[in-house]
Amino acid sequence: MQDSLKSSSYQQLEQKSKYTNMFLRWFLYFILILFASYFIFPLYVMVVTSLKTMEEIRQGTLLSWPSGLNLDSWAVAWGGRGYGAGDTFLRPYFWNSIKMVVPAVFFSTFIGAMAGYVLTKWRFKGDKWVFLFLLFGCFIPYQAILLPMARTLGALGISNSVVGLVLVHTVYGIPFTTLFFRNFYVSIPTELVKAARIDGAGFFKIFFKILLPISAPIIVVTIIWQFTQIWNDFLFGSTFSFGEAAPIQVALNNMVLSSTSVKEYNVDMASAIIAGIPTLIVYVLAGKYFIRGLTSGAVKG
Amino acid sequence: MKTLKIEELSKNFGSTEVLRKINLEIDEGNFLVLLGPSGCGKSTLLNIIAGLETINEGNVFIDDYNVSKVEPKDRNIAMVFQSYALYPSMNVRENMIFGLKQAKTSKEKIEEQLEKVSKFLQVDKLLERKPSQLSGGQRQRVAIGRALVREPRIFLFDEPLSNLDAKLRVEMRREIKKLHQQLKTTVVYVTHDQTEAMSLGTRIAIMNHGVIQQNDTPENIYKKPSNTFVADFIGSPSMNLIKGILKESSGEIFFTANGSNFEIPVKRYEFKNKSNLDNKEVFFGIRPEHIYFKKSNESDFEVTLRADLSEYIGHEQIMTFDYANQEILAKFPSTIKIELAKETKLNFDITQISLFDAQSEERI
Repeated sequence: MQDSLKSSSYQQLEQKSKYTNMFLRWFLYFILILFASYFIFPLYVMVVTSLKTMEEIRQGTLLSWPSGLNLDSWAVAWGGRGYGAGDTFLRPYFWNSIKMVVPAVFFSTFIGAMAGYVLTKWRFKGDKWVFLFLLFGCFIPYQAILLPMARTLGALGISNSVVGLVLVHTVYGIPFTTLFFRNFYVSIPTELVKAARIDGAGFFKIFFKILLPISAPIIVVTIIWQFTQIWNDFLFGSTFSFGEAAPIQVALNNMVLSSTSVKEYNVDMASAIIAGIPTLIVYVLAGKYFIRGLTSGAVKG
Repeated sequence: MKTLKIEELSKNFGSTEVLRKINLEIDEGNFLVLLGPSGCGKSTLLNIIAGLETINEGNVFIDDYNVSKVEPKDRNIAMVFQSYALYPSMNVRENMIFGLKQAKTSKEKIEEQLEKVSKFLQVDKLLERKPSQLSGGQRQRVAIGRALVREPRIFLFDEPLSNLDAKLRVEMRREIKKLHQQLKTTVVYVTHDQTEAMSLGTRIAIMNHGVIQQNDTPENIYKKPSNTFVADFIGSPSMNLIKGILKESSGEIFFTANGSNFEIPVKRYEFKNKSNLDNKEVFFGIRPEHIYFKKSNESDFEVTLRADLSEYIGHEQIMTFDYANQEILAKFPSTIKIELAKETKLNFDITQISLFDAQSEERI
């Protein structure tokens, strides 16, 4: 009697907790969907606006669906209208950015890897100080180095050039890349280096043959970080370059702000998306390594 | 000719002295174990022999040749590390021949060595695997293989078994012993595990605070520890050290523990120096396994002590007795039944004792 009473009350409790859980789950999904739409909303507006004609934009609302797949504004954003003066379009600046970002990412990553290797595996007197000063580099605001950097670029004769921008971004990137690689290499047992030294491998051989092949996770993290930083940079680009040598973010700004006639929202939106696509691609391709690499230093293995 | 000779070697890290005036010699084919608690400098000494650490003072000779400033790769040594230190991106084959390739050995010679060693260590089926696909024991074998292919003059082992689980550790210990018996190469082996040291070494150098406390055969280390540190470090449980004084009367020498009412004759003890023994303050050292429940030798000395504590560990039991307010441990077979809190008759094997000066803590 007692037992059956007990078991029935347990059933009731079980039922109750089931309903509570179900409610909480749905509530959770509701919140998640709400936030997700909040974040996707601007992108949605950008994409649909870029596919509309100016007529549609004037008549419809912000959220209305475009009448068809109209890629004219994309073509204009990328390749211009074809008439001479005052026609700004992204293509040449896109390649400027590529020419800037590829070497800058490569050099800053490589130098960072090398520095991280030295700071962890070839300890020297004062290495802690070197690392500390490098860390300062991460916290110096961009604005603070604009003037000295401009003087330096001028003295080197590479102001207003893609080469100059590569140098700026490489130098400014080294503190971050060094920090990444140092933290990664700290977790790699130094015994590996000792074993290689006994086996007769030298400084560079140990780096290229033994450490670099196992650095893939942190290389990916560094590349994503540097690519995003450099590609999205506006301040250095607008300060150290103008006209022909400008990177895409500067060109985007010029394009959107310097329209003489009517504001062409569809072209503006298409341009903005084009300027953002490369970083998106990098994230999609390497994103899963990004999280793995960020946490890999934390767990010994 | 000594295979390895270390002369007046000192090493500091900044202001901390890690090694102080180390002198050490190893004959061809010996298995020397550097044993000590963590932080005693044993790994630093090994790294110095390998050439991975610089020296502040003193010299290292290999085959009478001063190698103090010679690069690790040119010292004709090979090293096995605690973490195995296999190159993660290379497979077993590449790991094992990496050193030979660096030394520009001919292809035929490399293949020959690889085949010989991998067969010998039974890793010939694993050559294409990556280290991450190997078990702990296999990794250890490959690490040893990588050292073997180079045919070094001296093998250096840096706590190679510490990362293995208890069962595998005992197995690998035997394998290393077999390996040494077959190859008869000179070995320097660092460990903090006394069982490993005792079972593997032909000689053991016990270190503490950067100084070698005793460098001797395992038997002498166990039987005649040169100071209280060694006496305490070796043995499980460690040697009982009872504080008391020596009394000399009519040619006989006795030990009396502080506050105790009986005298133990120690005339059979081999004193280093027989003078000035009367009233000397000493530690009387006796190992738990040399206290018997039943009298087994004619010379055994009978004492009566109170049993305070019993620790049962299967094949044996460790009993704690009260010896004039000092704890004394004894090890008996677990079949013997001893009642706690009662006076029990015990027998000290006084042929197995050690005596240490209470001030200098050195063997007398």
